[in-house]
Amino acid sequence: MQAMAIAMVIVSGVSIYIMSLSTLDSLYETRENYYRNHHFAHVFTSLKRAPLSLARRVEAMPGVDKVETRVIAYVNLDVAGFSDPVSGHLLSLPDNSRGLLNQIVLRSGRLPEPGRDNEVLLSEEFAKAHHLQAGDKLRATINGRRKTLTVVGHALSPEYIYQIAPGAMFPDYLRYGVMWMARKPLASAYDMDGAFNDVTLTLTRDGNAQDVIDQLDDLLKPYGGIGAYARKDQLSNRFLSEELKQQKTIATVFPVIFFGVAAFLLNVVISRLVSLEREQIASLKAFGYSDFAVGLHYAKLVVMIVSIGILGGLGAGIWMGKGMSSIYMDFYSLPFMLYTLKPRVIISAAVISIGVAILGTLYAVHGAAKLPPAQAMRPELPPGYRATLIERLGLQRWFSQPTRMILRHIERQPVKSLLTTLGISMACSIMMIGGFQKGAIDYMVEVQYSMSQREDIAANYTEPTALRSLYSLRSLPGVDHVEGFRDVPARLQFEHRYYRTAVRGIESGGTLRRLLDTNLNRIELPENGVILTDYLAELLRIKPGDMLTIEVLEGSRPTVQVPVVGTAKEYLGVNAYMQREALNRLLGEGDAISGALLDVDPQYQREVYTELKGMPRIAGVVEQRSAIDSFYETMNETILFFSFITTLLGASISFGVVYNSMRISLSERNRELASLRVLGFHRSEVAYILLGELALLTLVAIPIGLLIGYGLCGYLAFKFDSDLYRIPLVLGMKVYAFAALVVIVSSIISAIMIWRNLAHLDMVAVLKSKE
Amino acid sequence: MTDTSQSHESQEDTVVFHVHGVTKIYQMGEVQVHALRGVDLDLYGGEFAVLLGASGSGKSTLLNILGGLDTPTDGHVLYGNRDLTRATSNELTEYRRYHVGFVFQFYNLIPSLTARENVAVVTEIAKNPMQPDEALKLVGLDERMDHFPAQMSGGEQQRVAIARAISKNPDVLLCDEPTGALDSETGIVVLEALQRVNRELGTTTTVITHNAGIAQMADRVISMSDGRITEIRANETKLEPQELSW
Repeated sequence: MQAMAIAMVIVSGVSIYIMSLSTLDSLYETRENYYRNHHFAHVFTSLKRAPLSLARRVEAMPGVDKVETRVIAYVNLDVAGFSDPVSGHLLSLPDNSRGLLNQIVLRSGRLPEPGRDNEVLLSEEFAKAHHLQAGDKLRATINGRRKTLTVVGHALSPEYIYQIAPGAMFPDYLRYGVMWMARKPLASAYDMDGAFNDVTLTLTRDGNAQDVIDQLDDLLKPYGGIGAYARKDQLSNRFLSEELKQQKTIATVFPVIFFGVAAFLLNVVISRLVSLEREQIASLKAFGYSDFAVGLHYAKLVVMIVSIGILGGLGAGIWMGKGMSSIYMDFYSLPFMLYTLKPRVIISAAVISIGVAILGTLYAVHGAAKLPPAQAMRPELPPGYRATLIERLGLQRWFSQPTRMILRHIERQPVKSLLTTLGISMACSIMMIGGFQKGAIDYMVEVQYSMSQREDIAANYTEPTALRSLYSLRSLPGVDHVEGFRDVPARLQFEHRYYRTAVRGIESGGTLRRLLDTNLNRIELPENGVILTDYLAELLRIKPGDMLTIEVLEGSRPTVQVPVVGTAKEYLGVNAYMQREALNRLLGEGDAISGALLDVDPQYQREVYTELKGMPRIAGVVEQRSAIDSFYETMNETILFFSFITTLLGASISFGVVYNSMRISLSERNRELASLRVLGFHRSEVAYILLGELALLTLVAIPIGLLIGYGLCGYLAFKFDSDLYRIPLVLGMKVYAFAALVVIVSSIISAIMIWRNLAHLDMVAVLKSKE
Repeated sequence: MTDTSQSHESQEDTVVFHVHGVTKIYQMGEVQVHALRGVDLDLYGGEFAVLLGASGSGKSTLLNILGGLDTPTDGHVLYGNRDLTRATSNELTEYRRYHVGFVFQFYNLIPSLTARENVAVVTEIAKNPMQPDEALKLVGLDERMDHFPAQMSGGEQQRVAIARAISKNPDVLLCDEPTGALDSETGIVVLEALQRVNRELGTTTTVITHNAGIAQMADRVISMSDGRITEIRANETKLEPQELSW
């Protein structure tokens, strides 16, 4: 029975450890493999238009291996039965090919026929979200002309593992899709015959990405190049890398806690096992065995039990790891999953388990073996106790004898009590992570979309347009207010640090876009100078008063120096903000805008949207509300799953710690408790002594756990910080309450099980036994 | 239950326990062990009885049944006019709580409580207890009240156990080999304490032992062997504990 308990503890610890680490390794391995086998490019760039002959000059650059030119278009889509705005990227495919670089994976159907201008392959996620099968049709606005497209199949691409619309912060499979079309018809539609507007390339083994990017930018400048970027800055890859980084943090934190708790339980159970064998140990010593030989005997026994546990844990861990990996495969739209279990993971799990077990064993055996055999065969002396500190402070007379027993027992085994408390605390803190994630996202969305980006609809123009174009938007029925904005891609530099982002020109005194300071108060944009997202200022290590170098990556590409006048709190993305007029002046242009923000009467939202979609100048429309809703739709499942996992982990840890410590306490104090039953104590009165201790430890553990949880969430938030998003450390009362509640409930469940055990206290045996 | 106050002036001829046709069969794996094979016995108020027998004779089983720790397979045990064999486990707990004092071979003190607290643990739940200090004085431990079990000798621990047992003013005192773990000198001190309680409080006392020497201080000696009572003998001349030898 005891052996069984030890094996179970090991199985759970090892399996969680193996599951987390192997899943993580599998994700990394799979991504690498996918990228390699499908020739995911190293450098990417877009431009306005360049003749195909230019491709040869790219190929000739030192460090460049393979080059592929493409035609890519951003289009508005119409899916039957779905009224929200849908947009997508249309990518060209070479004839009868999956592409030279960024090769697609054909999941079903076939490639588009060369020359057919109405056949497209859909990205699998998008097709699934709309239940579009081969043969189904959808409508697209291609270069201002409406066209009906026929789906010929589903595909995945290493370029769109994380399929996210430009400017969006999260994937929305209903409202953004990727499609592939034969090159010739796509090029014709966009006047790109014999030309291209997108280049990707791979590097030779010794090729340097930055050198190639610099040369490429120089080469493409006259053709409207907007600046090349390396694989690490590619949108899908960046999101995926951030996610994997988060997984890595979680996959390290969780198993460490879980394994730590398992190690503690293992130690406790083994010590108990050995101390129960006190008499056998004495007998062995009486027969002439040395302490070492006795220790070795028990070490062998424990290693045997632990080995069974490790094997079991390995099996369970692999099984769970494969399950987890396949969940991730779906989640990240990976075409395959290479399950990877590295030997070092197995070895470290085994070494930790066996190490902890042997330490526990030797400690306990040492305790039993240090007594002379004759003494060890006599009953154990009553353990020494003393009045506890709080009793000595004069509170004693308020405590009944059973309460004194509880206090003194806790104080007599301070390390064990402390570890039990710590174990319960860790369980409590783990559970806060699930709630923290949800609360933080709610808070981010609240700040970003209710306080900062307050428009109902954002419309992007195909190219910079005169400010007066807003009049026509303002006159649409239902439109309450319109503001223009100007976005330009730029490379921001301070000292040797630089960052590629957009400089956004917004209306001074506008109401639809607001910059917030750290206290979420509104910041007024000054007439001159730039305000940076606080995270960007940190990245560049620039502070208000410093001069920022802005290298515009559009139009005449001026490079200018602008003073930084402040920083703004933003949780999503990183940006530089200026007054729109100031930006226009900087660019040497008139009152130009890149798009418009609209405040719309909810009743008219649909009509306004339809109107906008019909305007040829408008490339894309984003409806704020539906974007948030759809984000929650996708996230809810993940968050629920994650919360479920953390709750399960937390509950099982707190149950494991509480139940095992109580079970062992019961076995250690069996005699004492049975004696009290003989003296006429009711089961409830005896239970009070045992469960009161548990309750006390749990009550102490909860606030400590909440504190640790706060720290843990802070640590995760810190580790998750990236230029894509920063997670605010916001923990609502609900998060604390839930964690505490689950700990209390799992303690109550263990208490109920202990209560049932108490029914079987053997009163007759206790009269005769010496212990 | 009987009125507790009555027990203090209990009469020699009041029957406290009436045991009739009691058998007890344990199932030990595949073997049936007949611990008691039809026992008939009356125990009287205020008497000091010794149950004498070798180990395995069934004396402990009988004591456990009298103390409400175990129930017989067959037969009846009447405590006053109450049938213990029909009591629920909750009623048996109440019976132990208010009427029975136990002294065990291995003392069974609570290690985390001092001598005084070990007594108080019982007086706190009793109906008409004496003060813990008073009980400890009765067994001669007034100097050691704040010592923990680990700080006391075996004899002292056993006397704490006796003080704990008598402190609730029980109707009966059941002692299972109270001197079994003690040397003879300490044993005598413990027996003196038991005798004093029996004499001064008039508590019906039953002591089980395999030590024939102790039997000489009893009012009656009930000998058991192989699950049966083989002899019941009244001591013509009782010896004082210090006159005993074993």
